[in-house]
Amino acid sequence: MLLLKLGVRFLAKVTNVLLVGVGGQGTLLAARILSGVLQQGGYDVKMSEVHGMSQRGGSVVTFVRYGDRIYSPLVEKGTADLILSFEKMEALRWLPYLKPGGTVVVNDFALLPAPVLMGKAEYPYNALEILKEQAETLIVLDAAKVAMEEAGNIRTQNVALLGALASHMDIDTEIWQQVIRESVPPKTVEANLKAFAAGGQQH
Amino acid sequence: MAELKLPKGEKSVKLFLSGNEAIARGGYEYGATFAAAYPGTPSTEILENLTSYEEIYAEWSTNEKVALEVGLGASLAGSRVIVAMKHVGVNVAADPLFTAAYTGVNGGFLLVSADDPTMHSSQNEQDNRNVAPFAKIPMLEPSDSQEAKDLVGQGFEISEKFDTPVLIRITTRIAHGKGLVHCQERQQPPELDYKKDAAKYCMLPAFARQRRLVIEERTARLQEFSENFPYNKIEWGSKDVGIITSGISYQYAKEVFGDSASYLKLTLTWPLPEKMIREFAAKVNKIYVIEELDPYLETQIRALGVEVIGKDVIPNMFELSAEILRERILGQKLPEQELDVPIPPRPPVLCAGCPHRPVFYILKKMKVPVMGDIGCYGLAVPPPLEAVDTTVCMGASITMAHGFQKASSWLGTNKKAVGVIGDSTFFHSGMTGLADLVFNKGASAVLVLDNRTTAMTGHQPHPGSGITAKGEPTQEIKIEDVVRSMGVEDVAVVDAYDLDGAEKAIRHALDFDGPSVVIFRRACALLKGLPKLPPLQIDQEKCTKCHICLSTGCPALVHHPDKSVTIDTDACTGCTVCAQVCPFDAIVEVGGEVLG
Ligand SMILES: Cc1ncc(C[n+]2csc(CCOP(=O)(O)OP(=O)(O)O)c2C)c(N)n1
Repeated sequence: MLLLKLGVRFLAKVTNVLLVGVGGQGTLLAARILSGVLQQGGYDVKMSEVHGMSQRGGSVVTFVRYGDRIYSPLVEKGTADLILSFEKMEALRWLPYLKPGGTVVVNDFALLPAPVLMGKAEYPYNALEILKEQAETLIVLDAAKVAMEEAGNIRTQNVALLGALASHMDIDTEIWQQVIRESVPPKTVEANLKAFAAGGQQH
Repeated sequence: MAELKLPKGEKSVKLFLSGNEAIARGGYEYGATFAAAYPGTPSTEILENLTSYEEIYAEWSTNEKVALEVGLGASLAGSRVIVAMKHVGVNVAADPLFTAAYTGVNGGFLLVSADDPTMHSSQNEQDNRNVAPFAKIPMLEPSDSQEAKDLVGQGFEISEKFDTPVLIRITTRIAHGKGLVHCQERQQPPELDYKKDAAKYCMLPAFARQRRLVIEERTARLQEFSENFPYNKIEWGSKDVGIITSGISYQYAKEVFGDSASYLKLTLTWPLPEKMIREFAAKVNKIYVIEELDPYLETQIRALGVEVIGKDVIPNMFELSAEILRERILGQKLPEQELDVPIPPRPPVLCAGCPHRPVFYILKKMKVPVMGDIGCYGLAVPPPLEAVDTTVCMGASITMAHGFQKASSWLGTNKKAVGVIGDSTFFHSGMTGLADLVFNKGASAVLVLDNRTTAMTGHQPHPGSGITAKGEPTQEIKIEDVVRSMGVEDVAVVDAYDLDGAEKAIRHALDFDGPSVVIFRRACALLKGLPKLPPLQIDQEKCTKCHICLSTGCPALVHHPDKSVTIDTDACTGCTVCAQVCPFDAIVEVGGEVLG
């Protein structure tokens, strides 16, 4: 219970987080770990995501809100403290949600959407430059590289991204480690913990 | 699937649950012993989670009408029952529901309707709160996961006390929104014997007329109950503004107005607590009715003679949000970042290796009217496939094709039509349509896309899958056997990945003078445990950049700015459809040749 006590912080403030990406990219597991951490941290937490059609390769978003008492499960435009994007263009799409002074953590990875694959639209390859101009704090992480080189397991990308996110949140590292241990397949615990640590150092 | 049991030795624990998980948890805690459902976003996880409790029998029924009737039978036998479906499922189940309101129940009976405002994954938007007064059954609207769980217990008690089915109405943000929920041990369900009672359960006109009177009397008692129901409650803040609200809209209102308003938060929203509403109205200066979709509360409150502001400022379609309330009521807009870069849309697509793709690729070439259905194959509507003419509701493919073909022959335009339907949808509501087609001497071609599962909603088994909701092996009903037994003589079973074979079968079915059915059998590429096929690559020397492969719309094919095309070998499932359409045999197995 020591961990719990360390993590308890009561703030009148509400923090808004967006996890965005492409259906099938593993945003759901990341959101589950994040909300588990916040729950252990003693916060009221709400999370909202949409299942169904968009899971077939569409643009997906998970809203996570935490603080003293949370009412709406949705984040309003212009109010996100943190945006964690699993894909570059999706970070741009959801940028209107960022509040002035907010932080963007983005995976340096492009997944081309159908209209681009078919040559009917152009991918904004300069996404990172635009993000740099627009976000007060921008963290760019090559999650695949971290996952392969630091953790030796490509499937730890989402946890590497969480590592980068965690370094901008005020929550005890041990709580993160504990929830990761409980959330990932037992055989991959060590790799995920390595990815988490490395993700937090890459900027 | 979440394991929703308490840790060993704990009496109470706080779990982070979605509304759907919380309803399943409520079923467990409040003594449900029976559950039936047909999948449909955003309701699916209710039954999925209920299957994890040994104490509860749970089944995927063939459709929602069936689920409701199976549930009603279980209630008569003495079970506490949860039946769950999406909003349009209630349309399918309306027939038994509207008469179950007459028969009443034995064990507590809950119908969960999960509505989908904004149509994230639906073909229409409907506000099923309207069902409660229409069917004359009480309705509960949870506003978060905790209430979703609690109201299962309340609902069972109301159902048993008032002898009526109870509607629990949720929306996408309740169903798929997660929050902290206090969970406890399971309570023992009451023991209820079945008693034969024809006057109550046989709704012949004479008996039904008597039950009609019972409903009126019951409604009056429920009305009284609603006045004192603890989940209908007033939260006083400033009395300048009074807000009457229910469900998720309560959360948006609280977010925006906090303590600067008073709230009448309604949870039992049919029948409404009229006295409570009048009393609240008398104590505040100005009243807003804040509700998503239809003016359901507003119309009834206005009918009480209470003046309110409602749909004159709040939209009557799509999801509500705190943002909308801020803008429409307070005239405030939060600062947001403006971007002037065009961001291409990212629509959902048929997956790499989807066995539906080749069928629609062929149909597009044939330029025949294609009456579609509801399933993943809806993704064959947009470019590049653009192979579907209609999408209305589950089962409408076979029947609309039949009507189209019959009318064309009657009118002398003699157009054939094709009906395309998935396997789960075939069992749901395709079979009766096919019987109609055979009976009425139709001559349409019916294509059944048998991907062995209900893919769109996340791979639930159906009567053709050979496995139950609880994971037990069971009889596998073969679609070709059903079709033949209905008198269709021209039946073929084809591998969807065999492009030539598929095309021949479709052409034959179209030429055939009479009902003709082609079953395309190939498992959904996302199903676990399928044999892995070797991925493909493009031989850039042979490739002429003709882009015919791109017209299949496979997301594993990557079109580069220099017009060259490559294959993302991680995404490629080796289905070979692109290789079969390539006129230059340029698409080959990674590490070996594949026959084009
Ligand atoms: C009455 C009704 N119930 C449920 C749904 C939700 N729903 C949409 S598609 C679908 C399943 C389709 O399965 P299948 O026909 O096998 O096609 P697949 O997705 O596997 O391609 C369901 C259950 C609906 N739209 N309407």
